[in-house]
Amino acid sequence: MSINAKTLDKTEYFYGHKACAGCGGSLAVRIALKVLGKRSIAVLPAGCMSAVGFNFPQLCFGNNAIISTFAGTASMLTGVYAGLKAQGITDFQAVGFAGDGGTADIGLQALSGAIDRNDDILYICYDNEAYMNTGIQKSSLTPFGAKTTTTPAGKNIRGNLRQKKNMFEIAAAHDIPYAATASIGYINDFMAKVEKASKIRGTKYIHVIAPCPTGWGVASDQTVDIAKEVVDCGLWYLAEYENGSFKINRRPKEFSSVEEYIRRQGRFKHLNDEDIKVIIDSRDKKWEAIDKTYSLQ
Amino acid sequence: MAKKFLSGNEAFAEGIRLARPQVISAYPITPQTIVVERLSEMVEDKSLESEFIHVESEHSALSCAMGASAVGARAFTATSSQGLLYMAEGLYYASGGRFPIVMMNANRSTALPWNIYGDQRDSLSQLDSGWIQSYAENAQEALDMALMSYYIAEHKDVSTPYMANLDGFVLTHTYEVVDVPEREQADRFLPKFTTDNKLDLENPRNLAFSAGPDHNYIFKYKEHEGLLNAAKVIDEAEEKFADIFGRRYTGLIETYKTEDAERIIITLGSISGLVKETVNKLREKDEKVGVVRIRYMRPFPGKEIAEAVKNASHIAVLEKDISFGNEGTVYTNVNSALHRFGADVRSSDYIGGLGGKNISSADIEDIFERIKNDDTEVRFLGIGGEEN
Repeated sequence: MSINAKTLDKTEYFYGHKACAGCGGSLAVRIALKVLGKRSIAVLPAGCMSAVGFNFPQLCFGNNAIISTFAGTASMLTGVYAGLKAQGITDFQAVGFAGDGGTADIGLQALSGAIDRNDDILYICYDNEAYMNTGIQKSSLTPFGAKTTTTPAGKNIRGNLRQKKNMFEIAAAHDIPYAATASIGYINDFMAKVEKASKIRGTKYIHVIAPCPTGWGVASDQTVDIAKEVVDCGLWYLAEYENGSFKINRRPKEFSSVEEYIRRQGRFKHLNDEDIKVIIDSRDKKWEAIDKTYSLQ
Repeated sequence: MAKKFLSGNEAFAEGIRLARPQVISAYPITPQTIVVERLSEMVEDKSLESEFIHVESEHSALSCAMGASAVGARAFTATSSQGLLYMAEGLYYASGGRFPIVMMNANRSTALPWNIYGDQRDSLSQLDSGWIQSYAENAQEALDMALMSYYIAEHKDVSTPYMANLDGFVLTHTYEVVDVPEREQADRFLPKFTTDNKLDLENPRNLAFSAGPDHNYIFKYKEHEGLLNAAKVIDEAEEKFADIFGRRYTGLIETYKTEDAERIIITLGSISGLVKETVNKLREKDEKVGVVRIRYMRPFPGKEIAEAVKNASHIAVLEKDISFGNEGTVYTNVNSALHRFGADVRSSDYIGGLGGKNISSADIEDIFERIKNDDTEVRFLGIGGEEN
């Protein structure tokens, strides 16, 4: 892959927005657009990135960009793609940037439809693990134990009781031409995957972990570091699905401490050792499955 | 022109074929389904070149049409009833974005109870969504409206989506002999879609943004202006249409024997034919009765209606709709116009045809009889009403 920090486009396509300090989602959008370039058409649903980027008359996308309905990222991407194709225009990239709620909850049906049709679009889910724009409510990608404003940590219930949905494998189950997971903590890997996806025809799905310091309860200069740590401790993994098979891009020989990862975040502050053991056990179970079904790259 | 024996749905699909939409997002729902079936066949046999998208829901149907319109492509979709309600969020979105999409709606009752037959509660519940709304009387008008819809919606002074309503089954599934224009004539009538309101790869734009209170207010005013402008563009389109095709339409309303009428029924859609026939019957008995058929509910022809009925003594609105706890929505609109434009006429409201319940000529005669009295009432045909 040709793109790295040195060769990356110097132009800013997502600039002058009012995202929170240390916002992981805005970093994912900014970097992906630098990889995709000025002929990309971005579709963003109602959510953090549209809320911070599209306030008339202060419109901050340097490339073409449009807000879709909350549920309609993928279906609007289809319309953009089909509308240009009908006019004989093919040298562009229709790219969606939707959060975890916009993807795994309200936008899942439209995304499934687009993958089923194999429309030539790239869908990037920036996963900050809750509805952050509305003030940190649980989504189906909020991890077990996390405190949100709709999963309070009290005496009877200690935060979110459910495990995170696996959107990457859901996308893959459609037999999509290309799907990948990424983390903004491993930015070269993310850039390479965006570049690779842009060269594949049909539907592409990239799921990038993009921490939200506000919602996770970490300092705003810790975003990249914690995005790395979630991979290193094995609670997230870097993988691809291509030509009908899964491959793992990074298989840590030894995981870093889950407890340390958990303890540094405000959203997990209430968890006890037993809760952390539940998290570690489910991590190990997932890696057992990965080792069985994913090939090593 | 070729004469063909077509249902309302098929006639509408023929009109859309002639309008050459570049993207069609299709999802089935009774009684609209035949429209997207015919269009898929036209794409297959290459009589229509279009990207035909099998969306997974009505919400996505409209979202996809908006994406296509936002890159400057002519887009079409169709729906009915629950489907229209499911995409309701998108209705406001499309009009606010000023995307001149055309959608056919087969008027059908809304659940509960479930019912697939025709009434107009679906589209009339969406009058405030910022779309042009037309109501066809017959298959020929349905075809002609399909072709004219893009002319009106895409006009620079309008830039507003267009919802063409056809009564479910009564119009969508009934066959008539229809004149189908030639492609060459249609191309002469309808210019290619061009717009500045689009994402442009050479000059990137940000569209469908947020706007705070001060700007928002102005955008909404402009949207209202666009819909009002549609009235003059409808006249312009019908003038040009008459020049090319020889069929002349009458703008926002059609009047039938209203000049000297003392009693007038104001209605819309396919029931108008029966009301006209009943008027003919009563005219033979020297009863001075007439009909105003509303062709467009938005922009609303308030002034035109007031002008048409100002010399009558009593009017009745006959509608397949009820705003529960109040009265029929058409009645609300009509009464406001009578008051605003100074037509001093008594008025009553007759609700009928809900869930496809038949309205007979005897029902219509009964309405004309009842409004000889001075009562102003809201009455369910065959059931009753409020006591006055």
